[in-house]
Amino acid sequence: MSVASTGVDRIASAFAGHGKRAALMPYLMGGFPDQEASLAAAEAAADAGADLIELGIPFSDPLADGPVIHDAATRALAAGATPYGVLTVCERLAERLPVVLMVYANAVLAAGVEAFALRAASAGAAGLIVPDMPHDESGELRAACDAEGIALVPLVAPTSTPERIAEIGADARGFVYAVSLTGTTGERDSVAEGLAEMVARIRDAAQVPVAVGFGISTGAQARAVAEIADGVIVGSRIVRAAGEGGAAAVGAVVEELASALS
Amino acid sequence: MSTPAVERRFGPYGGRYVPETLIPALDELEREWVAARADPAFQEELGRLLRDYAGRPTPLYRAPGLSAAVGGDVWLKREDLLHTGSHKLNNALGQALLAKRMGKPRVIAETGAGQHGVASATACALLGLECVVYMGAEDMRRQRPNVQRMRLLGAEVRSVDAGARTLKEAVSAAIRDWVANVETTHYVIGSAVGPAPYPALVRDLQRVIGDEARAQVREAAGRLPDRVIACVGGGSNAIGTFIPFAGDAEVELIGVEAAGEGLDTMRHSAPLTTGARGVLHGALSAVLQDEEGQILEAHSVSAGLDYPGSGPEHAFLRDSGRVRYVAVSDEDALAAFGTVARLEGILPALEPAHAIAWLLAHPDPGLSLVTLSGRGDKDLAEVLGE
Repeated sequence: MSVASTGVDRIASAFAGHGKRAALMPYLMGGFPDQEASLAAAEAAADAGADLIELGIPFSDPLADGPVIHDAATRALAAGATPYGVLTVCERLAERLPVVLMVYANAVLAAGVEAFALRAASAGAAGLIVPDMPHDESGELRAACDAEGIALVPLVAPTSTPERIAEIGADARGFVYAVSLTGTTGERDSVAEGLAEMVARIRDAAQVPVAVGFGISTGAQARAVAEIADGVIVGSRIVRAAGEGGAAAVGAVVEELASALS
Repeated sequence: MSTPAVERRFGPYGGRYVPETLIPALDELEREWVAARADPAFQEELGRLLRDYAGRPTPLYRAPGLSAAVGGDVWLKREDLLHTGSHKLNNALGQALLAKRMGKPRVIAETGAGQHGVASATACALLGLECVVYMGAEDMRRQRPNVQRMRLLGAEVRSVDAGARTLKEAVSAAIRDWVANVETTHYVIGSAVGPAPYPALVRDLQRVIGDEARAQVREAAGRLPDRVIACVGGGSNAIGTFIPFAGDAEVELIGVEAAGEGLDTMRHSAPLTTGARGVLHGALSAVLQDEEGQILEAHSVSAGLDYPGSGPEHAFLRDSGRVRYVAVSDEDALAAFGTVARLEGILPALEPAHAIAWLLAHPDPGLSLVTLSGRGDKDLAEVLGE
């Protein structure tokens, strides 16, 4: 990988060169349980076979998140986590694999969209996911990310209409994050019905890979998703492991998921 | 009659900062409200319920004791006399009818003081809808009678234990429920906040307060008021009161926020008076936040004002200069509660007690119209220090 490659390029390379059934993207909450431990957990995930990392910036009112990630954000903030602190974690990780930051809209707007995109790019982030900034609200931030060579990754939900999927897909950068279920983040027993159809519709609309997240926690679920999508995102299970057993537990879960995808 | 838009933005404020999952439901709600608002059958049904069931129009009452106290002419718009005891029923009835029209059998609501929860539970009992109300655990403690009323009305009250366990967390919990159950569920948001089209929808349903008050004051006093005063948490009674007067340039409009323990203490609920610009619960507006954009906890003795955000149209009206926003402390609001009780024989809710407190502190010989948005029975424990 050349030093000059953009975030968009690094995401594309990760999806092209993972050598598994699908790219594996664990989610970790930056600053949870504290900053150093979150870096250690993410490094353990990288060692265990992660292809990209989704790194959360904790927010006080995370509307898209279920109880595990909400609680991790609350505890990270109580431990003194800040967006700047999480960006230093990003900087260290970005030397090893592409990092996509998950950040709520108010943290971006408080900094200013252009300033935030610049700061993220300077910290080596390959892309941004802003779960409460849907397509209609994201034009300004997408332009700012484009200017910095990082990807503004959009989300598509099971409730998205075909017309919206077409619009979102056409403007997608990096990959499309397909939300597998109608709900917040969290572990579920099975993979939602109708997912294959939604992923197929996104493929028709977008030029970039499709990764599926929300509700995926087991190797069997990951393998089922890999049948239809280019990437698998696992959040709550990994965050729970980080809280319960630290880096070693995160490494073990990622290894299990990676072997299910091999 | 011209049809105003269902605005998505008020100047820079408003918008739809919510997960993608909800966008199609917000599109549907916007379409349905445009259609229902223009549908004579819907308006007739809503008008009939507001009149025969809820008790509209509410009186406009010249308050002699308060008039003497401020050396002027004080009129109270008596939303405390509406069924369920506050203006919240105007919105809850309208949105519950809309839920039925959309074929959604389940309704969720958030509540702070419990007044919106009671209004929603009431509307759902009337119209045969399932009702779940999210309420912060601290507010359940402060507003015990309203919790019991909701349960008697057949609603399920879910306690929210996150954060400061007040209105902000209740709204977040309701939004998460809505994300998970959007296909069967309508979220009856209780104030003029949230993603578009809610701020416009709630305003449209609450402007009956100001429409009535404007006609009543002209009839009774033969003129428009010099000042119109209403309390502002999220701001639904205030926006409903102000909008019909917005074109009357000679009428001063004053929104009264909660200064809590003081604007310099960080223990207040006055984002319009003090706050920066931020996104909370789906809209860009005035929000209490730190420099990194984390939302701060609000504080007010009044559970209905204890919220770190405000409706986006209020932020716009502040910036445009049309409405002046001020703040009143817990202590002054509690004192005004007692003053209204003794001078007028009315127990006001602690929320409009803030508006009365501002009035008492700013005597004026002119005509002042204050929206008394609810009754104070729910607040007795707080007022008596129990």
